[in-house]
Amino acid sequence: MKRELICVACPLGCTVTVEYNDEEILSVTGNTCKRGEAYAKTEITNPTRSLTSSVKVNGGVLPVVPVKSSKPVPKSMLFDCMKVINSVTVDAPVKIGQVIIENILDTGADIIATNND
Amino acid sequence: MCYDVAIIGAGVIGALTARELSKYNLKTVLLEATNDVAMGASKANSGIVHAGFDAKPGTLKAKLNVKGCEMMQKVCRDLSVPYKKNGSLVVAFSEEEMKTVQELYERGLANGVPDMKVLNKDELKAMEPNLSDDVFGALDAESAGIVCPYELTIAATENAVTNGVEFRRNFKVESIAFEDGVFSVKSAEGEIKTKYIVDAAGAHSDDIAKMIGDDCVELIIRRGEYFILDKAVGNMVSHTIFQCPTKMGKGILVSPTVDGNLLIGPTAEDIDDKHNTATTADGFNTIKTYSVKSCPAVSTRNAITSFTGLRAHPVNDDFILGPSKVNSQFIHASGIESPGLTSAPAIAEYLTDIITSAIGEVKKNDEFNGKREDVFRFRHATDEEKMTAIAKNPAYGRIVCRCETITEGEIIDAINAPAGARDVDGVKRRTRAGMGRCQGGFCGSKVVEILARELGCEINDITKFGNGSNILFDKTK
Amino acid sequence: MLNYDLVVVGGGPAGMAAALKAKECGVDSIIVLERAEALGGILEQCIHTGFGLHYFGEELSGPEYAAKFIEQVEKTDITVKTDTMVLDIDGNNLVTAVNKADGLLKIQAKAIVLAMGCRERPRGALEISGTRASGIMTAGTAQKYVNLDGYMPGKKVVILGSGDIGLIMARRMTLEGAEVKVVCELMPYSGGLTRNIVQCLDDFGIPLKLSTTVVETHGKDRLEGVTIAQVDEKLQPIESTKEYIECDTLMLSVGLIPENELTKNVGIGIDRITNGAVVDEMRQTDHKGIFACGNVLHVHDLVDYVTLEAQIAGKGAADYILGKCDNEPCYVNTTTGNGVRYLVPQKVNINNKEAVKLYFRVGRIYKNAKVILECDGKIISSKKKVKLAPGEMEDVVIPADVLAGMTPESSIVVRVEE
Repeated sequence: MKRELICVACPLGCTVTVEYNDEEILSVTGNTCKRGEAYAKTEITNPTRSLTSSVKVNGGVLPVVPVKSSKPVPKSMLFDCMKVINSVTVDAPVKIGQVIIENILDTGADIIATNND
Repeated sequence: MCYDVAIIGAGVIGALTARELSKYNLKTVLLEATNDVAMGASKANSGIVHAGFDAKPGTLKAKLNVKGCEMMQKVCRDLSVPYKKNGSLVVAFSEEEMKTVQELYERGLANGVPDMKVLNKDELKAMEPNLSDDVFGALDAESAGIVCPYELTIAATENAVTNGVEFRRNFKVESIAFEDGVFSVKSAEGEIKTKYIVDAAGAHSDDIAKMIGDDCVELIIRRGEYFILDKAVGNMVSHTIFQCPTKMGKGILVSPTVDGNLLIGPTAEDIDDKHNTATTADGFNTIKTYSVKSCPAVSTRNAITSFTGLRAHPVNDDFILGPSKVNSQFIHASGIESPGLTSAPAIAEYLTDIITSAIGEVKKNDEFNGKREDVFRFRHATDEEKMTAIAKNPAYGRIVCRCETITEGEIIDAINAPAGARDVDGVKRRTRAGMGRCQGGFCGSKVVEILARELGCEINDITKFGNGSNILFDKTK
Repeated sequence: MLNYDLVVVGGGPAGMAAALKAKECGVDSIIVLERAEALGGILEQCIHTGFGLHYFGEELSGPEYAAKFIEQVEKTDITVKTDTMVLDIDGNNLVTAVNKADGLLKIQAKAIVLAMGCRERPRGALEISGTRASGIMTAGTAQKYVNLDGYMPGKKVVILGSGDIGLIMARRMTLEGAEVKVVCELMPYSGGLTRNIVQCLDDFGIPLKLSTTVVETHGKDRLEGVTIAQVDEKLQPIESTKEYIECDTLMLSVGLIPENELTKNVGIGIDRITNGAVVDEMRQTDHKGIFACGNVLHVHDLVDYVTLEAQIAGKGAADYILGKCDNEPCYVNTTTGNGVRYLVPQKVNINNKEAVKLYFRVGRIYKNAKVILECDGKIISSKKKVKLAPGEMEDVVIPADVLAGMTPESSIVVRVEE
């Protein structure tokens, strides 16, 4: 199998071609640096994304507090994580860095507040 | 309970007529189909106080224009509505057009227009250096002015309500019945009874008249598109600049506005749909082509917004004012196209005379106060006035709209005023919040919050202009 | 009347960094005037991550990036007035501001840093014909509704403009359950960062249509749809390509405009391309003692660069206040050559002994091009670039020794060579 990706490791945006089969990555071409190769490999084997959203707050200044995943979560699980995030309510006061959801869907990532409320 | 008079349509005619009627001991109700006053032609026109040389001598238009122009300054002062007597120029681009200018001058004399003068090119260019070099001359009419049409309507309604008139919004008239000398006016919101009706429903006044079986009102709906340009170019001209009139109207004008912007437009296009206030690519091009002819430096690159207004052009080319032939208690106020805004104070008097003489013995309202309470405008206040105002009400110390320098206090006032704002556009027209160069990009959401707070509802209940124009959907969480 | 050595107008990332730097350089009394209820500026609503990679070496969200500076400001004796709007700056550095608690404030400053940020270009400037229905808003307004107020501004969304805020909002709206139908971009390239196109559009299968614009809006009360069309080389819509798309929301991400009304009122010279003040390498405007930095000076794509620029302005203001800028400056203008749209700073004081970094943007996409710095006709540096794009700010350094050899008649040109 063959896939073309635009590398986002830096602003260059190289078009990287990855050849792979079910077992392994066969080749990475078009990248201009090592980071590009690493990015392409992860994109094929286990693409992950940082997730940011907001969580409902009871009794805060603002009705919602922004949150992020403490580390990237599998791209395929973004919407499942959103379901969990949307089902949670937290009581004010919320502190920046506070863990709102621990180890969301066993991804190893916590959902943490990124502002005070 | 039965009203003496029900005015259908809270445009500038309805509002000023309501105020005029409130000088008498009459029970008057002002019925408006939408969520606010001035939602038809009164919110989207050129805002020009015409001198009165356009209309044919002897017509209602001619008579009421000149009278209205005389009255406007005082009406605006009483209602604390900005008005400026900036004069108008009808510019000619050929010898041929100079003949038209001369004709207009003579017609103006016949209509009793004061302070007119025919200018040659040099005199004209000295007066307005940014005009095109291709000008030949112009008709200068110094009695002409500019006014903010929706502000006038808002102020007149407020003053009418203060003087006892009842205002009902979202009262869209669906049918009118007449029995025992009394009309029943029905809408989805309910029914009211009244002895007299003034049909000031603008583009819909023909439909209202048909409800009593009167089909004498024949209107052609004419669409006019405009651009508003940034205040940075607001002083490109000081007079209102017309081109020579054509069959379709007064042509594309270039004019300062009372608020310091530059207005260019309108186009003139007959359309079938009374609700069609869309702007068009063709309209944009027409405005660009013709405005540049008057002022080569005008550029829509400075545009901050565009809008469309609908005028109800009467087929017989004159205002339709007076009792219906079908039922003399039904008073027409239809076909009020230009110079309708200028004529409005005179039309209000004219209609009130008709009603009061028909009723016979009507006492004056001794408590009538024609002065609208001064509205605090932070941007116009001196430092001392600002400090006093903020000390009294700290909300005047918080700027919500940065572009136009509008405070939270002014927005709260606009919501709580008689017949006050109920939606974002209503706040905008009353305060100018959101009318500046960012067009509400920053303050829009704050205005929504303030409206929700003052009206005691959720922010997703707030609309742009009533009925289904909600700004937000559900909560995200 | 109050007296402060330094008045900073704006408490976003630029204002905070400038104030902190000036404090660090020894300025005694500093006041920051912020129009919002809290410090942080637009970062407060930018809850996505991607901030701080350059400056802090970690990936932060907007509020987190802001919080790092807010914390620092709170540790100093810098006076902060929030909910305070600056109304006017006069020619003698007298600042007039207003808020609920103090009423009208008159503040005499020795120096002023302008850090008011920018605003989004509205619909009016775009000549999109059609109705005035609700549901047409800038991407930033939509961002505030979703991220701060917690309300959905739309369910079926079309985005016009592929600037970063538009791209970010495409992802935000999708994650919150809306359907983003398409992102249209008038130009043949996107104005946004590549990583945003990949992670905000490609990830969710949202199409990006280049050389395409919205020509008409439909719907009487709430927006019901838009007509989009491809444009020709002159950016004029092609009639035969018109296409109706059903949507309830049109978000505009069609450019940012520095908010320079105060600047213009002082009579400060404005660069026609950046729409910001003309400044020297200290970010001082042509009005002595008034400095500018951040998005009010020119629109940045990364906040990290805003911070760095604000620190330059903060140090400049400190030097000015502390009397370290006594000798008359001797300016050489920086000149844009082939392919370069603008340069900041626009002039360089050659009496200054330090190297100067020039920031610039290119006018279109270049592949395998060279960025050339030419002083007095001599090529000082020629840097190979695999890619140059209008959406990504570039820089080039004038070495100190080159500056030292310059005269008032010297020239500084930056150009792109293919």
